[in-house]
Amino acid sequence: MALTSPATPSVATTPPGTLIDFRDVAMRFPNGTVALSGVDVNVRRGEFVTVVGPSGCGKSTLLRIASGLERASEGTVTVNTDRIGFVFQDATLLAWRDVQRNVELLAELAGERKNKRRAKADAAIELVGLSGFEKHLPKQLSGGMKMRTSLARSLTLDPELFLFDEPFGALDEITRERLNDELIRLFVKQGFAGMFITHSVSEAVYLSTKVVVMSGRPGRIVKTIDIPLPMPRDPDVRYTAEFAELVGEVSHALREGHA
Amino acid sequence: MTDTVVTEPSAVVAEITPARPSVPKRGFGSRVVSAAVSALPPLAVFAFLIGLWYALNAWVVRPKFLLPRPDQIISDGFMNDLTRQQIIDGVWQTSKVVVTGLVIAAAIGIAWAVAMSLGTWIQRSTYPYAVILQCIPILAIVPLIGVWFGYEFKARVVVCVMIALFPMVSNTLFGLQSVDRSQYELFQLQRAERWTVLTKLMFPAALPAIFVGLRTSAGLSVVGAIVGDFFFQRGTPGIGALLQTYARVLDYTQLFAAILVAALLGVAMFGLFGLLSKLVVGRWYEPVK
Ligand SMILES: Nc1ncnc2c1ncn2[C@@H]1O[C@H](COP(=O)(O)OP(=O)(O)O)[C@@H](O)[C@H]1O
Ligand SMILES: [Mg+2]
Repeated sequence: MALTSPATPSVATTPPGTLIDFRDVAMRFPNGTVALSGVDVNVRRGEFVTVVGPSGCGKSTLLRIASGLERASEGTVTVNTDRIGFVFQDATLLAWRDVQRNVELLAELAGERKNKRRAKADAAIELVGLSGFEKHLPKQLSGGMKMRTSLARSLTLDPELFLFDEPFGALDEITRERLNDELIRLFVKQGFAGMFITHSVSEAVYLSTKVVVMSGRPGRIVKTIDIPLPMPRDPDVRYTAEFAELVGEVSHALREGHA
Repeated sequence: MTDTVVTEPSAVVAEITPARPSVPKRGFGSRVVSAAVSALPPLAVFAFLIGLWYALNAWVVRPKFLLPRPDQIISDGFMNDLTRQQIIDGVWQTSKVVVTGLVIAAAIGIAWAVAMSLGTWIQRSTYPYAVILQCIPILAIVPLIGVWFGYEFKARVVVCVMIALFPMVSNTLFGLQSVDRSQYELFQLQRAERWTVLTKLMFPAALPAIFVGLRTSAGLSVVGAIVGDFFFQRGTPGIGALLQTYARVLDYTQLFAAILVAALLGVAMFGLFGLLSKLVVGRWYEPVK
């Protein structure tokens, strides 16, 4: 039963494997700003969907609706999982907690016992390659390491659906590319589905199984482009003609949407 | 894909950047030298002020006893057994008042700010009164406080609380409300209760601001205790009562000694809370420079 109430993300039957489904979603803020209009997107198991669009077009808003932080003003949002990870644009680490206790936070808020959440945190820290840095405070970490910590924190939820809001936007290119590769490895290993926001076209093509291109405000979906490159990605795929062509296709769609 | 992301730990290590530009390790000697260099400017100012003081005494202020020389203050004020004992007793009394007042102001101020951060209606209905409290000319109501609370220890403490409360309330509230929005949302996504958000996020995040409040209030509490002494003559007199006595008998060396000690008490309070702040939040807090 697909709920027509736009208010709450709700559980309903959709094509098998669909974790989140937006149908004709619009977002008008109380101050009158229309951030989204007529948006249809869905993310299924095994997919990594990246949304690209000019800044201010409503990408964050889309993700905030998916996470339940915001309610769509029109349309239907169907969510078929309660294990959702959310990675913010900043690492949002608690400055007074070391890496380990930051990573433990979500399990702690869920009321899990110390032993259990410690074990989860240690596993997640290992997954993002931060073993040995458990006792470091955020102020002692580089931007990339803060992001890894933030990733590890969400990994403790063992999410089925992982939402990312431009997580690597503030990082230098070398770190960003390295984290892209690690994210893909996690995607393959952990089996979550991803919904990733970026304004970098090459990052979008590199990471995703599907790229969704949005227009300027109010954000509409201009084009959805499948990325048939093999997973996990070979870093050198960036220098292939096929990759360049896909980047070109996304860039074109972006330019059309902007006009 | 078999392996985890940890393919090359060295790559991760390469990403570490120290929080501060690292200073090359130096020996003890050079650290002493650099400490001395950083202490130099304030010492130079100190020397200048002392020099100016002697000059004023020698050539400007007449009669000379109105501005006794620093060495006279030390010899007559501090080396004189009777005066020294009076000053020590006064400082002790004043300190008790200051600390009691500050503890009460901090407790009320923090509790009030926390209540305001938990309910906007509490903030809307009570914050104006914190502001009004701040605007009451304290000197005008000190006599009333004497009438109500009895011219002794209790009345002195009340004056301190009244003066010291507002910075505690406003700084704590500011700290609680300056929490990063995404951090707040992180808790919201986990459906954390308000109390959990308060204890695990807002309160720790507010600690640096709370210490700023404590430092400000500590200084004000010293002022409050001295003001109280000026108005309330019963109970054990503090440093403020001594100031009055010395001024009345025109004993300016002793007066200056007492003023000096009163100022030092304020500085000591300020320093104490600066130190405490370093100990509690210095480990993780990075002030924006
Ligand atoms: N709570 C809000 N109230 C009013 N306008 C908002 C709010 N949140 C976002 N907006 C506006 O909606 C538009 C889309 O914002 P956002 O989703 O953050 O864009 P993006 O992430 O694509 O840069 C922007 O113009 C922004 O100013
Ligand atoms: Mg955004």
